[in-house]
Amino acid sequence: MTAAHEITTLLWLGFRTTVILSVVSGAVALALGTIAAGMRVSPVPLLRGIGAVYVALIRNTPSTLLFFFTAFILPELGVNFSYFVFAWIALSIYYGSFFCEVVRSGISSVAAGQAEAARALGLNFTMTLANVILPQAVRTVIPPLINTFIAVVRTSAIAGAFGVAELFAITNRLTNEESQSVLLILFIVALLYLAITIPISLLAGAIERKTTFAR
Amino acid sequence: MSSVLYDTIGPRGRRKIQVWNAVGAVVLAAVIFAAYRRLEDHGQVSAKLWSVLLRSDLQQLLFDGLLATLQVALLAMAVSLVTGAVMAAGRMSNHAWIRLPLRAWIEVFRSVPLLLLIFFIYLGAPAMGINVPTFWSLVIGLALYNSAVVADIIRAGVLSLPKGQREAGYAVGLSHIQTLVVILIPQAVRQMLPALISQMVTVLKETALGFIIGYTELLRNGRIAVEYLGGDYAIPVYTGVAVIYVSICLLLSLLATQVSRRTAADGLARKMAPAA
Repeated sequence: MTAAHEITTLLWLGFRTTVILSVVSGAVALALGTIAAGMRVSPVPLLRGIGAVYVALIRNTPSTLLFFFTAFILPELGVNFSYFVFAWIALSIYYGSFFCEVVRSGISSVAAGQAEAARALGLNFTMTLANVILPQAVRTVIPPLINTFIAVVRTSAIAGAFGVAELFAITNRLTNEESQSVLLILFIVALLYLAITIPISLLAGAIERKTTFAR
Repeated sequence: MSSVLYDTIGPRGRRKIQVWNAVGAVVLAAVIFAAYRRLEDHGQVSAKLWSVLLRSDLQQLLFDGLLATLQVALLAMAVSLVTGAVMAAGRMSNHAWIRLPLRAWIEVFRSVPLLLLIFFIYLGAPAMGINVPTFWSLVIGLALYNSAVVADIIRAGVLSLPKGQREAGYAVGLSHIQTLVVILIPQAVRQMLPALISQMVTVLKETALGFIIGYTELLRNGRIAVEYLGGDYAIPVYTGVAVIYVSICLLLSLLATQVSRRTAADGLARKMAPAA
């Protein structure tokens, strides 16, 4: 039987890795998604095509399969990173496609007059998008953006099955060692995940209520 | 939509676009070439490797895996839709003792990693002395998560309906629950059909988690094939697996887009509900 404080330390380490992995993946995915959304509305057909193919392909691929490709296939091709980086890549690419669709729906929700006003001032496409449309678009889709980030946190658990010592991997290890208290461990870990996701989800709800009143 | 963001393109703009197209094409070609070179350097482009996908025993194995995947997916979809609709009705009940526990339930189950839910069944049930096959661990885990999401989608649909629908129900003498079941939820489901179909794509995709608990579905069978054939065959086999997943999910997603286009054409329904 492992000592209680040892279990606590392990859980804390896992919790920390989960938070770090989610935050760095969420950040890169958001950047990737915003760029892809910009490509999907751009006047250049090739960029639109690349954006559309990226989203169609990745959104319809199981996340587990992406983890598979980064963790098992990249090393075969001589790309050697730590498992954490592989998971980071998989999560970023996967959720980039989701963030892209969220940002794009934000872009189409901005009133057409805004873009017309920008064009009337002589702004070109990049300036219109970056200075006028995107700031407003992102603001309207903050709740779905936050929900997507919660999905990043939940999906990061899969990284545990691919060599990253995050919360889920720790759980798996503890349930093997402490077979008599499997349920207790699972409950504690569920609570730890909820400690991350529920506050974020309440925040999204609060922002949503505030913005609907403002309209 | 896109036409609003930039002016009608004149001759100068057209030249600019051509330049960007050319730049994009060069970059894309460079990336593809680099990837190809890397594959070639590691001896991954030989016809011998890729022709493994033509072997009938491999095809049979992957087909069996696909069937197992679809079995789990269809069952989990059916359970999620039915329990999700029931929970949505309960979530909007007039009785706080039904509404509040369901609200907590939905919030908790959509906030916990799906993998953890599956492990609750997979490890937790045997710990309580119940033996659950991996098939059911997967189905129950998927249903626990997705029914909560479905309930939320349907609730959002009901909330987006015009108030008159509910009032008309009361006016003809239906009770609150009758109004929900007979009038509001059917309309909500119809309106939310695109979102519901996208959620079913999620169910189908997440069956791949069965790989982690050792259920022999598509991905696991791909792994078995690679273990048997040797690591050299990893890329062709997993690419084949990926193509199968992507094409099936893509078909379902296209269906969702088609349906949402049709509801958009219906007009009124669309105006009430911004994309969920």
